[in-house]
Amino acid sequence: MSHRTTLAVRVIGVGAVVCLVATVWLGLWVTPPDQVQRNLVRLVYVHPPVAWVALYLAFGIACVSSVLWLWRRTRSAFFDRLAASSMEVGTVFTALTLVTGSIWGRPTWGVWWAWDARLTSTALLLVLQLGYLTLRRIPGDFDSRARRSSIAALVAAVDVPIVHFSVQWWRTLHQGATVLNANLSPTIHGSMAWTLLLGFVAFTLVFFWMLLVRYRVQVLSDALEGTELQGALEERWVEGDGLPAPGRLPDEGGTAGGALVGVSLSEKVQR
Amino acid sequence: MWRDTLAVAGKDLRIEMRSRVLLNQVVPFALLVLVLFAFALGPRSGPMVQASAGLFWVTLLFAAVLGVQRSSALETGEGTRDGLRMSGLDPAGVFLGKTAALCVQLVFLEVLLTAGVVLLYGAHIRSIGPLVVACLAGTAGLAAVGTIYGMLSSGLRVRETLLPFLLLPVVAPVVLAGTRAWQVALGTGVGGGAVPYLELLAIFAAVYLALGVVIYGPLLEAS
Repeated sequence: MSHRTTLAVRVIGVGAVVCLVATVWLGLWVTPPDQVQRNLVRLVYVHPPVAWVALYLAFGIACVSSVLWLWRRTRSAFFDRLAASSMEVGTVFTALTLVTGSIWGRPTWGVWWAWDARLTSTALLLVLQLGYLTLRRIPGDFDSRARRSSIAALVAAVDVPIVHFSVQWWRTLHQGATVLNANLSPTIHGSMAWTLLLGFVAFTLVFFWMLLVRYRVQVLSDALEGTELQGALEERWVEGDGLPAPGRLPDEGGTAGGALVGVSLSEKVQR
Repeated sequence: MWRDTLAVAGKDLRIEMRSRVLLNQVVPFALLVLVLFAFALGPRSGPMVQASAGLFWVTLLFAAVLGVQRSSALETGEGTRDGLRMSGLDPAGVFLGKTAALCVQLVFLEVLLTAGVVLLYGAHIRSIGPLVVACLAGTAGLAAVGTIYGMLSSGLRVRETLLPFLLLPVVAPVVLAGTRAWQVALGTGVGGGAVPYLELLAIFAAVYLALGVVIYGPLLEAS
């Protein structure tokens, strides 16, 4: 990771902490309670920003990166790692969306869980994301894993709007959009509106900080995997007689030693 | 492409005719699930009739998972996938052929399941149109997604457990819309027409058929 990138990660991290602290301070002490929901309204500074990150930002980046990986002209390891990192961080935010929504739903609707359109589609999105991550954890060579993951992300991306509309027709009791409604006329104002806006900025920064850190972990993990493979190959080359020198792969369909190397490779990959 | 479609569909159906896996294993499994649902709901016909639309689609989904596993297992034999890749067949044709074969098998299963729902649960079919259209559109969607995920998970050591985990959430709209359309057809719904749900099923099928045609090539390379 270059010095400039490290600096960017630090700046975004500091910005995220500052914005989060300011959101907490404004949300808990400065803004007034709501006329109807009283102090419960303070969850609005957390829940919609977390949902925005989970449902639009993280999932969007993961899907666009997957498409860019599948497209030959833009195919690069960067997009695969970005998609994987975004999906993983996004999964955390989707789970947080469900948890904060459930905490809000208990006193408002009287139940921890309701078969509401948005809740149901968000829960299904979480399962789709977990499926993507499970698929990604399955050992295999880089190219196959990237291809499988990209296709799974694409299938999920196509499914999410259909799921959303299907459950919306099924039933919905979730409140309508407060800020981005059909009339583009926010029904929230004053210090509450500014705190909500700051919440969006804070959680967006938190997401980007987590994304960059996770991306770095992914790069290191891939590098480690490559080093382990190279180590295993060298071990076999040293052990075997008449095998190619380190740095040279055995000929296709070659000696019994080639099969040994193959076994070692698959063992390492499966590990 | 269409010739390849027919060739692959014919191949899968011939294998099924000879092995009879659907007839000997999947159909008994589906009927058993219908009976088990009846045990869970109790002997009174009221709850069974009310739930029959949903139970039909859930049972179909479980059986479809087995059908998809069987369909993808046909291509996991030694060198089979390499043969498929090197055969020169259009990947879109392979996808459509496998989807078509799966569709035929699922439609056969649906006929038996419908008879099971009518006979075991005492459901009355009041309108045959939505029932048939929902089955055809829903089956096309199920088969398309199933074929995509079947190939995606084929060759993986954990494919038996991975496939349902990946497939079931994606086909949730099929269960939902199919159930609603069937409720209209059986007269057990809460009101409203079946048309929006039939449209949803048709859109689902069209979207995944188109997606499969586009991505089956890269998918074959990955597996």
